[in-house]
Amino acid sequence: MTQQIFAYIIQKGGKIDDTALELVSAAKKINSASSVTALVAGAGETLAAACSQAAASYETVWKIENEALAHVNAEVLRGMLVRILPKESIVLIPHEHFGMDLAPGLAVKLDAAYLPDAVGFEEITEGKLKAVREEYSGQVSTHLSCDLSGGAVITIRPGSFAGDESKALSGQVVNKSADAAAEGIPGKSRRFIEVVAAEVGDVDITKSEVLVSVGRGIEDQENLEMVNELAAVMGADVACSRPIVDAKWLEKSRQVGTSGQTVKPKVYLALGISGSFQHMGGIKGVPYIVAVNKNPKAPIFQVADVGVVENILEFIPALTQKVKEVKG
Amino acid sequence: MEILVCVKRVPDTAENEINVSRDGSDIERGDLVYSVNEWDNYAVEEAIQIRDKVGGSITVVSVGDGDAEEVLRREMAMGADKGILLSDESFTGSDGKGIARIIKAEVEKGSYDLILTGAQADDGAGQIGGLLAAMLDWPYASLVNKLEVLDDKRIKVGREIAGGNQEMNEMDLPCVLSIQTGINEPRYVGIRGIRKVASVEIPVHKASDLGLAPESVGAAGAKVKRLDYFRPELGEGAEMLEGSAEEKLEKLVEILKTKGGLK
Ligand SMILES: Cc1cc2nc3c(=O)[nH]c(=O)nc-3n(C[C@H](O)[C@H](O)[C@H](O)COP(=O)(O)OP(=O)(O)OC[C@H]3O[C@@H](n4cnc5c(N)ncnc54)[C@H](O)[C@@H]3O)c2cc1C
Repeated sequence: MTQQIFAYIIQKGGKIDDTALELVSAAKKINSASSVTALVAGAGETLAAACSQAAASYETVWKIENEALAHVNAEVLRGMLVRILPKESIVLIPHEHFGMDLAPGLAVKLDAAYLPDAVGFEEITEGKLKAVREEYSGQVSTHLSCDLSGGAVITIRPGSFAGDESKALSGQVVNKSADAAAEGIPGKSRRFIEVVAAEVGDVDITKSEVLVSVGRGIEDQENLEMVNELAAVMGADVACSRPIVDAKWLEKSRQVGTSGQTVKPKVYLALGISGSFQHMGGIKGVPYIVAVNKNPKAPIFQVADVGVVENILEFIPALTQKVKEVKG
Repeated sequence: MEILVCVKRVPDTAENEINVSRDGSDIERGDLVYSVNEWDNYAVEEAIQIRDKVGGSITVVSVGDGDAEEVLRREMAMGADKGILLSDESFTGSDGKGIARIIKAEVEKGSYDLILTGAQADDGAGQIGGLLAAMLDWPYASLVNKLEVLDDKRIKVGREIAGGNQEMNEMDLPCVLSIQTGINEPRYVGIRGIRKVASVEIPVHKASDLGLAPESVGAAGAKVKRLDYFRPELGEGAEMLEGSAEEKLEKLVEILKTKGGLK
């Protein structure tokens, strides 16, 4: 295979994201002999720091610097990438908020195959990559065959490939800024205004030692009362999955996950939460996870330390009672 | 404002245990409860709120088999004005780009100012909106959780980004947006609403109606093909507490105590 492999690096304030190392592993699975090029885009002084950090893991780093990328806009960046990427490139992009914005349109403009949300690669035969994706909230997996011959844009689910920590390289940083903007700055139909910071809630769940976290399994806003009571007797704070916030039953600052908070309690008690990867993204590295769910096949049981198959609507009051007894 | 909302009929993962069929060619569909893809309801609700504010009409469109008609009807009961089903044997096996091509052909038959999709569906891929926008050469924003119409040429959108923050953008119309949950509270659809639209005719557009060459869609046009379904390889997994409810409670409280879960 002679196609070049590229990895898009998410960076912020000069620091590269964990996914940067995960994409190295993913690329090596496509072609262990290939040299992989990192794409690092942005503006200002911190960009150089991000590039040199990326160069510790990538043989080559393409730096794309432009004021228009000070706050990276997928439309602008896409236009620039289309100008500089060779024909039939394979481009790996993290499947997160920015990647989901950038990747599909890039696949169209490069006339490449589009394979979103891959969690694993198994083999390549005759130019076709066999990839794994999880579907139906992680309940089943599927093998997909992706034709790489005309190039491909592939988004990689964060956390699904181990990060390549070897960091032995001293890659070369190549400035592609001029080429990328050679014909002017592409895309003006979407204009960045500002970033609105997350609201601050009354409790900072990122500092909690014990969290009682509740998901859609609680069914009704009124049932939150029993969750509050359990948390109170345990000396814990209440957190939740996203549907609870969407329904406005709890404030956004209590949401755990990739678009919520990353928490580090000693014990995380997940009640009626299925275990979507976006939720689990917020409890990486929690020492002890307990899950209660009525579905024995809920994906959360794969990552929890202890699991209980029960109906939470009955289990929560019973547990509250038991804790009261034990504590006297 | 003429708004098109793309909707999909999916097995409800909160209600069902999804299993793989014996030969791995599909999931077991026998007893599944289907519903409208969760994110799509938020997209339709947003469309209704926009129409009620600035006028215009809403068309809901779905690519699928005859059964997809039921979700179109449900979204019409919710408040969409019109439904269109895009259905043809030759669409089977389409990859994301194929589906986007099919919808693009329908878009070009109309004159829309705004296209909304759900942020993602049952496969989690979140791809159709972005593919469709690029094929149409329209601007796109994903994971939109705030939307405000400024005038008939511009809208202001908030996109969700990491850590609960929000990125505000101004965009030109026409454009495509994928809608994230939390943007609104989808209204309740009552039985009366369903009855009201029960007999409304829903046109079915086939490949030939859309001027699509069969080899450009379906398995023939797909660069990404599904090979099989399988049970995910299970990791070590949790230690499952067994016994009666009472026994489980006792064990759990003991564990919570030793792990520092009781203060
Ligand atoms: C870009 C993006 C970002 C996202 N960010 C986040 C995020 O930060 N945080 C987040 O949580 N989600 C996030 N999501 C949403 C995520 O994909 C899931 O939809 C969500 O996590 C599901 O929440 P849940 O587990 O509570 O609900 P569900 O998936 O509906 O699960 C409910 C669970 O409760 C169980 N249950 C039901 N009734 C009972 C009962 N009586 N007793 C016991 N168990 C019961 C069911 O078996 C099921 O397993 C994001 C999605 C996208 C697309």
